Amino acid sequence: MSEAGGNAGAAHNQASSAVRLTAIRIRLNGSAVADDVPPRLSLADFLRERRNLTGTHLGCEHGVCGACTVLVDGEPARSCLMLACACDEREVETIEGFAGDPVIDALRRTFHQHHALQCGYCTPAMLITARDLILRQRAGSAREIRDGLAGNICRCTGYTNIVTAIAEAARELRRGAANAQ
Amino acid sequence: MKAPAVDYVRPGSLAEAIDLLAKSQDEARVIAGGQSLVAMMNLRVAVPRLLIDIARLPELTAVADDTEAVTLGACVTHAAIEDARIADPSRGLMPKVASGLAYRAIRNRGTIGGSLALSDPAAEWPGVLTALDAEAMLCGPTGRRSLKCAEFTTGIFETRLGPDEIVESIRIRKLSPEARWGYVKLCRKSGEFASALAVVVCDRALGYWRVVLGAANGAPLVLESASRVVSEGAMGQLQEAVRDDLDRAADRHFDEFQLNLHTVVAMRAAQQALS
Ligand SMILES: Cc1cc2nc3c(=O)[nH]c(=O)nc-3n(C[C@H](O)[C@H](O)[C@H](O)COP(=O)(O)OP(=O)(O)OC[C@H]3O[C@@H](n4cnc5c(N)ncnc54)[C@H](O)[C@@H]3O)c2cc1C
Ligand code: FES
Ligand code: FES
Repeated sequence: MSEAGGNAGAAHNQASSAVRLTAIRIRLNGSAVADDVPPRLSLADFLRERRNLTGTHLGCEHGVCGACTVLVDGEPARSCLMLACACDEREVETIEGFAGDPVIDALRRTFHQHHALQCGYCTPAMLITARDLILRQRAGSAREIRDGLAGNICRCTGYTNIVTAIAEAARELRRGAANAQ
Repeated sequence: MKAPAVDYVRPGSLAEAIDLLAKSQDEARVIAGGQSLVAMMNLRVAVPRLLIDIARLPELTAVADDTEAVTLGACVTHAAIEDARIADPSRGLMPKVASGLAYRAIRNRGTIGGSLALSDPAAEWPGVLTALDAEAMLCGPTGRRSLKCAEFTTGIFETRLGPDEIVESIRIRKLSPEARWGYVKLCRKSGEFASALAVVVCDRALGYWRVVLGAANGAPLVLESASRVVSEGAMGQLQEAVRDDLDRAADRHFDEFQLNLHTVVAMRAAQQALS
């Protein structure tokens, strides 16, 4: 039992319908954060309602649209399918937290240049997903990028400009890396 | 929608998790990656009173690699398999399967044990583990028992897992260097659940051949005649054998379209394996 998990020691009391709050400590965009949350609270609602980080969007709340994608321990995850209490002792990064990140910087620039957003609802998660594709070297061709974006729905752009922007950012970063060598 | 009110515990050991589960029975559900369970809770089709979080239990994230087999802890993620961060007993089959299962954000959290325990008929692992002749180790208050994955899943979301049992690990025999496999998943969009799924494993050195269909209106369907034909390398008889197998599975109530899809994926997977 981890200390911060809090409540395994106190046996589950079947008679009571009162739900206990669970203490969590997470590292959120680089800062330590502690809170007491009802277990049913999703990570997405924790971020939006308790931390005012509204760059994380909710579309479907069952894993399909990808709008809520954030990083958990450095890896993309659906914040609608993670309970905030299950993020105890984990690191979470949201779109508000990438200041100075070279990949996100490049993507922001190319999304802007190529008009890769219209309403912007899908954009924070598109950026986080695209960053992961680039870092895992899965953005080598339009086809690969489209495959990697299958879990992120955009209802506006038709994807063409998003794919172009990601391909361009990936190329820029590869060139930058080659020049640095 | 939002998940219903629920309690949450994160036990520190498998024994503690089993104990909690046994004490609360129907009221409790274990949660691994949560990639199906939280979605079901958000949709209010699952309303557990207590969640027992097993995702980080060291017993369930361990991987053991011996000369004959690789044993994967139930909470090994799809992404770890995709990236071959852990030993691969299947000579590339399992990483290939994982890479097309759902989306990366879901693969990062979803687990092989959760997938098997849930046994969604359209899921990959129940069929693939059946094709690999894998064994599931189940742990309950009275001890452990092991069960072939081919017998574990009994129907649509139906398994032999007891209400107080947890899938602890999955043991997969290593394929020999001569082994060949074929794998075809049909879906309209990368990462979606399959509309048809076929896995073929041929390992001459082990004297082992199996053709299995997923997304088959029930538990994974082992195609006996097709497996025999593949073992004989008699490709010319394959289509007929697949049709015979499908005809015998009348209880699955396949319509013409499904029969066609299943035949196509079985043929393509067999061709991959034998080419
Ligand atoms: C949008 C979307 C697309 C998806 N596409 C696919 C797909 O194409 N193919 C596919 O196979 N899957 C797909 N999935 C499901 C995904 O693979 C899940 O990760 C998996 O089905 C369940 O694993 P989990 O660890 O998340 O389990 P959880 O959601 O935590 O649990 C699922 C069920 O299994 C039980 N359980 C979990 N672990 C254990 C255990 N060790 N012992 C006993 N019981 C246990 C839980 O109590 C619960 O009832 C998709 C999911 C989403 C949201
Ligand atoms: S809101 Fe999480 S995937 Fe749609
Ligand atoms: S820009 Fe509107 S959903 Fe993508």
